[in-house]
Amino acid sequence: MSAPESSAANYLEDGHTLRSWLLTFDHKRIGILYLLGVSFFFLVGSAFAMLVRLELLTPQGDLMTSDAYNHVFTMHGIFMVFFFLIPAIPGVLGNFVLPIMIGAKDVAFPKLNLLSWYVFMAGGMLTMYGLLTGGVDTGWTFYPPYSSLYSTSAVLPVGIGVFVNGFASILTGLNFMVTVHRMRAPGMTWFRLPLFVWGQYATSLVMVLGTPVIAITLVLLVLERVFHLGFFDAAKGGDPVLFQHLFWFYSHPAVYIMILPSMAVISELIAAFARKRVFGYHAVAFSSIGIAVLGFLVWGHHMYVSSQSVYAGVAFSLLTMLVAIPSAIKVFNWTFTLYKGAVALEMPMLYALGFLGLFTIGGLTGVFLATLGFDVHVHDTYFVVAHFHYVMVGGTIMGYLGGLHYWWPKMTGRLYSEFWGKTSGWLVFVGFNLTFFPQFLLGLQGMPRRYHAYPAEWQVLNVLSSAGASVLGVGLILPVGYFLYSLRYGKVAGPNPWGARGLEWETTSPPPTFNFDEQPVVEHEAYDYPLPAGKPGAGAAPASAH
Amino acid sequence: MPSILQFFPEQASSFAHDVDALTLWLIGMGAFFTVLIAGLVIVFAIKYRRRSPDQVGENFHESPLLEITWTLIPLVIVLFTFVWGAKVFFRLYRPPAGAIEYHVTGKQWMWKTQHPTGQREINELHLPVGRAVKLTMTSEDVIHSFFVPAFRVKADVVPGRYTSMWFQPTKPGRYHLFCTEYCGAQHSRMIGWVTVLPTDDYQTWLASVPVQQTPIEQGAALYARLGCAECHGEGGGRGPDLNGVFERDVRLASGERVGADETYLRESILDPGAKLVAGFGRTMPSFRGQVDEEQMHTLIRYLKSLPETRAAAAPVAPENVVR
Repeated sequence: MSAPESSAANYLEDGHTLRSWLLTFDHKRIGILYLLGVSFFFLVGSAFAMLVRLELLTPQGDLMTSDAYNHVFTMHGIFMVFFFLIPAIPGVLGNFVLPIMIGAKDVAFPKLNLLSWYVFMAGGMLTMYGLLTGGVDTGWTFYPPYSSLYSTSAVLPVGIGVFVNGFASILTGLNFMVTVHRMRAPGMTWFRLPLFVWGQYATSLVMVLGTPVIAITLVLLVLERVFHLGFFDAAKGGDPVLFQHLFWFYSHPAVYIMILPSMAVISELIAAFARKRVFGYHAVAFSSIGIAVLGFLVWGHHMYVSSQSVYAGVAFSLLTMLVAIPSAIKVFNWTFTLYKGAVALEMPMLYALGFLGLFTIGGLTGVFLATLGFDVHVHDTYFVVAHFHYVMVGGTIMGYLGGLHYWWPKMTGRLYSEFWGKTSGWLVFVGFNLTFFPQFLLGLQGMPRRYHAYPAEWQVLNVLSSAGASVLGVGLILPVGYFLYSLRYGKVAGPNPWGARGLEWETTSPPPTFNFDEQPVVEHEAYDYPLPAGKPGAGAAPASAH
Repeated sequence: MPSILQFFPEQASSFAHDVDALTLWLIGMGAFFTVLIAGLVIVFAIKYRRRSPDQVGENFHESPLLEITWTLIPLVIVLFTFVWGAKVFFRLYRPPAGAIEYHVTGKQWMWKTQHPTGQREINELHLPVGRAVKLTMTSEDVIHSFFVPAFRVKADVVPGRYTSMWFQPTKPGRYHLFCTEYCGAQHSRMIGWVTVLPTDDYQTWLASVPVQQTPIEQGAALYARLGCAECHGEGGGRGPDLNGVFERDVRLASGERVGADETYLRESILDPGAKLVAGFGRTMPSFRGQVDEEQMHTLIRYLKSLPETRAAAAPVAPENVVR
C-alpha cells in the first residue's frame, strides 16, 4: 500500500496496477469500486425491467411463460433493491465525499471499508449464481409459505446472497458513524456539518439497527426451507404472517436507507446551485434523524389486509402519517432555499428540481397508502408499484444521478458534456413519468401487481407505460457514454467548477490520496456564501469554470 | 366495461361511494401540494435565476414561523386524513350481524366457493343484490388475496387461519375477481368473476345447481362419522361441551383465555394440545390429514350452528366458561 506521505499527484495516479485498486484502503478508490459494482447490478436490474415492460405490452402474456415472468420481476426487484438502491449512494457518493466533507484523511476503518465492498460483491455474485442456476420466483419479498415450501426455484443461493450483502451495509453504516464521530476536522462541529453528512449519519443508524433483523429473518427462512423447522408453517404451529412482520421491520426502514442518502444529496445540490445556505438547516438535519427513528415504527402499513388486527392497522396508519411530516419539512425547506437565491440550472440542479417534483408525488401517494380505507382497495395493485417507483426512481435515482453529476468533476477532474447531460436528464424525467404515471391509474382501476397477463381493457395504459420505459432506458444509458468520454476528452474541471462551498471544493480535483495537503481547519458554518475572497478554491470561481 | 377514461372501477358495493369519496379527497390534497411545490420551484427558479456568474443568494435562511407553519398544516391534514381513512376501514372490517355467510377456499390456482345452501363453484361466485355478504376464507397452500375492485375490498387468504371480509353488492353485474397476493406460477390466472343477480334470478340460479346437503348438514354428517360425539356429546364428558361453543371465551389449561373463533376451532381439531381447555387431558388425537379445508369448513359451520344448551350435562366447569 501507499506510504502515508504519497508523492502521487492525486489518488488516481497513486498506483496504476489492478492490485493497487483491488487492495486499496483509499475511501475514494473504494467509492469508484462501488460505482463499478452498483452500475453493473443496475444494468442487470434494468434489463429485467425491460423484459417486464415488454411482456406487459400485450394483455395475453405471450412473450414468455408465466413462470419465466415471475423469475424476471423477482430478479428485477432483488437486484435493484439490495444491490443498487441500498448500496448506491452510501457506497459511491458517501464513500467518496463524506470523509473529504468533514476534513478527514479517510474513513475511521479503511480496511473494514474495503471488506464491505468485497462482502457486497460476494453477496452480489452469490445472487448472480442463483440467477444463473435458475433464478428465483418468490418476489423480492420472499413471503412464505410460498418461498419456504412451494417454490422450486433457487431461493437458497439468492437468500444467502442477500443475507451476506447485509453485512456490507452494516459495515458501511458502522464505519460512517464512527467516522463522523471521531474524524471531523478541527472546528467542524456537528452543526457545521454539511447536510449530506447528517443524512448519511441517519442512514447509517438505520443500517446498523435494521439490517440484522433481515439477516435473522433470512436465516429462519433458510432453516425452514432446508430443515423444515416450521417457523412460518401453519401446519407445524408456525405463522406465515410472522415472516411479514419480521421482513417489513427491516424492509420498511430499508426504504429510508434508500431515500435518506438521496435527500442528503439534494440538500447539497440545492445549496450549491442556489448559492445559498439551506433554508432551516437545523430542521432539515433533525428531520433526517426523525425519519430514521419513526421509520422503525411503521412496518405494519404493509399489512393492513394481511389478517393483522384491525387495531394494529389503525396504530400503524397513525404512525405512518407522522413520518410524512419530516419529509414535508424537508421539501418545504428545499423549496424555500431557492427563494432569493442565485439559481443556476446547471446539470446536477435539473436532477435536484426533478427530485422535488417527483419525490413530492411519491411522498404524497405514501400518505394515500397510509390511509386505511383507501389502501384496502389499492393494496397489491399497480398503485403501490407506481408509488414506490416515484420514491425509488423519482427520489433515490434522481438524487444519485444528481450527486454523480455534481461530484463527477471532483472524482475525475474532468467536466462532462453539459448538452448530453441535460438531454439525458430530460429523457429520464419525461420517460420516468410516462412509465409510472399510468400505473397509478391502473392501480386505481384495480390491476394487481405481479400479473403476467391482464384483462384487455388495461392495455392502453400498459402500452404507455412500456413506451415510457424505453425513453427512460435511453436516458439512463446516455451517461455511460458521456462520462466515459469525459475521462479522456472532458475539459479540466479545476478544484471548484460550480463555485460551491464545502471542504471537498477546497482541495484539488481529483483530490490527493489523503484528500488535503494540509489539515483543514473549519471556521465557518456550512454553505457560508458568499465565497470569502482569497480562500483556496474561491479562486477557481464560477467565471473561470466553463 | 371500464375504459381508459374511467377513473374508478364500477361502483358496485355499498362501500364504493365511501372509498371513492376518500380517494377524491386524497387526490385533491395530493394535487394541491404537488402543484404548490412545483409552482414555487418554477417561480423561484425563474425569478431568482443567477444573473451574473459570481452572484450569490441573499442571507435569508431561517424562519421559525415558516417552519411551524409547514409542520402544523401538514400535520393537521394528515391527522384528518387518518381519521377519515380509519372510519372507512372500520366499516370495511365489521360485518353486520345478518350477513349471509359464504365460504371461500384459495388453492394454487383457483378459488373454490360454497354457498350457505350448499352450492359449490370454482372461480365464480353468484350473489344476490342488496344483501350483506360475509366471506369466511382460508387457503389450502400459500397466501392468496381475494379482491373485487368493483366492491373496493380485499383481504388476504392465509393457510392455517380463517380471515373474513364483507360487502353489500348494490348493482347486478359481472365483476372481476383477482388474486392479489403473489402465489406462484399461475398467479395471474387465479382470477374469476363475481356475478351479482337480482334476488329472483339468484333463487333461480340456486335452484338450477343440484345440491344434496347444506354445509351444516355436511358438517353434522362428518361430526357423526368422525365420532366426535363420543367425547364431546352429551354424556361424553372427556371433551368440552360444544353446544354454543362459537365465540365463547375459553379458559385454557395454561391460564390464558381465548375467544373460540373459527381459527381457534380449526386449530383445536388439527392440533388439540395447542390450546388445551382447562380441566381436560390431552386425550384427543389430531385430525390432521383426515379433514380437508372444505370439510373443515363444514364442520365449523356445524359447530357454529349448535345452540347454547346450558341444561346439557356441562363437562366444562362453569368457571371455565366466561360469556
